[in-house]
Amino acid sequence: MGTALEVKGVNKRFGGLQALNDVNLNVEDGRIHAIIGPNGAGKSTLLNCFVGRLTPDSGSVLFHGKSLLGIQPHQINQAGVSRVFQTPEIFTELTVLENVMIPALAHRDGIFEFNALKPLRKETDIRKAAVDVLEDLGLGDKQEMTAASMSRGDKRRLEMAMGLVQQPKLLLLDEPTAGMSRADTNNTIDVLRHIGDSRGITMIIIEHDMHVVFSLADRISVLAQGTVIVEDVPENIKGNAKVQEAYLGGAH
Amino acid sequence: MLGLNGKDFLAWLFVLFLVAAAPILLNPFPEGSAFAQFNAGYPDLMQRFVIFGIFAIGFNILFGLTGYLSFGHAAFLGAGSYAGVWMLKLLTINVIPAIIMSTLVAGLFSLAIGYISLRRSGIYFSILTLAFAQMSFALAASVLTPITGGETGLQTQLGDPRILDAAATGGNIPAPSLFGLEMGHSWKVSVGDWLWTFNAGYYLCAFIMLIAFYIAIRIFRSPFGMMLKAVKSNNQRLGYTGINPRPYTLAAFVISGMYAGLAGGLMVSMDPLAGAERMQWTASGEVVLMTILGGIGTLIGPVLGAGLIKYSENIFSKINDNLLHTWFSFMPDGVENFMVTIVHPFVGKGWHLTLGLMFMLVVIFLPGGLVGGLSGLYKRLFRRGSHAQ
Ligand SMILES: Nc1ncnc2c1ncn2[C@@H]1O[C@H](COP(=O)(O)OP(=O)(O)OP(=O)(O)O)[C@@H](O)[C@H]1O
Ligand SMILES: [Mg+2]
Repeated sequence: MGTALEVKGVNKRFGGLQALNDVNLNVEDGRIHAIIGPNGAGKSTLLNCFVGRLTPDSGSVLFHGKSLLGIQPHQINQAGVSRVFQTPEIFTELTVLENVMIPALAHRDGIFEFNALKPLRKETDIRKAAVDVLEDLGLGDKQEMTAASMSRGDKRRLEMAMGLVQQPKLLLLDEPTAGMSRADTNNTIDVLRHIGDSRGITMIIIEHDMHVVFSLADRISVLAQGTVIVEDVPENIKGNAKVQEAYLGGAH
Repeated sequence: MLGLNGKDFLAWLFVLFLVAAAPILLNPFPEGSAFAQFNAGYPDLMQRFVIFGIFAIGFNILFGLTGYLSFGHAAFLGAGSYAGVWMLKLLTINVIPAIIMSTLVAGLFSLAIGYISLRRSGIYFSILTLAFAQMSFALAASVLTPITGGETGLQTQLGDPRILDAAATGGNIPAPSLFGLEMGHSWKVSVGDWLWTFNAGYYLCAFIMLIAFYIAIRIFRSPFGMMLKAVKSNNQRLGYTGINPRPYTLAAFVISGMYAGLAGGLMVSMDPLAGAERMQWTASGEVVLMTILGGIGTLIGPVLGAGLIKYSENIFSKINDNLLHTWFSFMPDGVENFMVTIVHPFVGKGWHLTLGLMFMLVVIFLPGGLVGGLSGLYKRLFRRGSHAQ
């Protein structure tokens, strides 16, 4: 089994704040890797460095041996990396179904396709793929809704659908269950576990909800003040003194 | 039908009906009646309705779908006009090559300007397009005089080569025609006191406008159109979704530029004269107003907006004090003069004031434009029941 994502010596500074400090991370193919840590630890910043939203000051990010640095976000996505953002990034004026058809089209047709005279409703395969994913995530009955009018938890599930419909090699999830009810959270755990098992999608998941983390993660990295303080299997994280200290002494 | 869903096909049929029956619909008042002034069913104005309709439909593909607000689209209208006149001068007085060439030249021109302007978004994009258009205007009026005719404008002349046509043997400058059918040719029908004018040029423009409208509907309903809406909604997200927004916006820009060029080509096919002022920023601003008045991002809105503005321009501007006096003559003299004084600033040369007021009212009270307002009204009238659920 190979390495999907290899992160070495990544640094990122915002003015006087060292947001990421020599971060190293190895994510194995087909595994679910969780990143936890107190607020402001730099978790989202780290993901931003993977998808081209930020460029690290130094260090390297290799995805299956190819660098993700210095290329455009759409190229990174086309290489097989999809992301679910912490604050929902969706097409609010469009319908739920359209929101999912867009990434599905991107997956099939690439970064640009001039299909200006083809009716959208003739894209039956794309529509079916989108509907299937929406149904998996329990949004089947909300397809025609405008995305803006959904609840926070539903927006999150919509974004997950947008990621999953692309059948990515690597799925980055930034607090996917924040704002969800207990039932929806459990449903999301099931969906992610099922997809991880059946399609072998590698995932990096940032989460504050420890129930989610321990239900899903194969490995956990703990980030505090921009530094990875521990990286281990879940069983060893639970009782780790450093982790408890980071959470108790941190911003929490 | 025709690859459109039922609702869109109905919208298209509705526009088909409007433009086909326009000579009758726009002349509701009998000749010589007090309101004949408000009749708009004469060829020159009807041609302008559909030509500016095309311009606005195309503009809406860029502005309505992607949200990129260009303040320079008149440059493409102007470029198309010049290209069209040159075809009428050099190749043939038949308007078909002129119309095709206008569209192509405007397409190339908009590719160049769009490529550069789309490096920025928001207000910077708008300013860039404005700058390019004003540069084009200035060049057309001065340095490029050999190509554009400078301030006098470019027009067909008796001595033009027209290599496809038989050599001109004196007489008049040939009029633009469609395989011999002159664009200025009209069939007049009078029924009772009503007079209807069916003009060849108008019906050519109307036919092309229907095709242009049809293509616009197809674009709106295509995956491409959905991507353009996504550009407007969340450009950044599109990148993280694996789509490069740049070529999509550029394609929309070029398509709207070609619509503008097509409109320019039709203008010179009706009246073979192109002047630099066609490229001026006021002309670019006008198409923005048309789109906003009618309803940004709606299918029919731009057509309605274009019609409304061209109607006001041509009808209100022709109302003079004499006419006002006849209208108010039934009142006592003092009141009559008072009324004329009140209305005077809003008509004749002051028609812009009326337009400005209309624009303000629409923007403030009908944020969705005329179409938004009408569909809101429709919903309130007919969907009360379902709304209560
Ligand atoms: N673009 C930016 N410019 C300046 N500072 C930033 C920027 N992005 C993040 N920061 C700062 O970097 C630090 C890390 O932020 P980040 O969002 O990565 O934290 P996080 O671990 O995701 O926290 P949370 O759990 O609250 O989401 C914070 O102090 C934040 O204010
Ligand atoms: Mg975060």
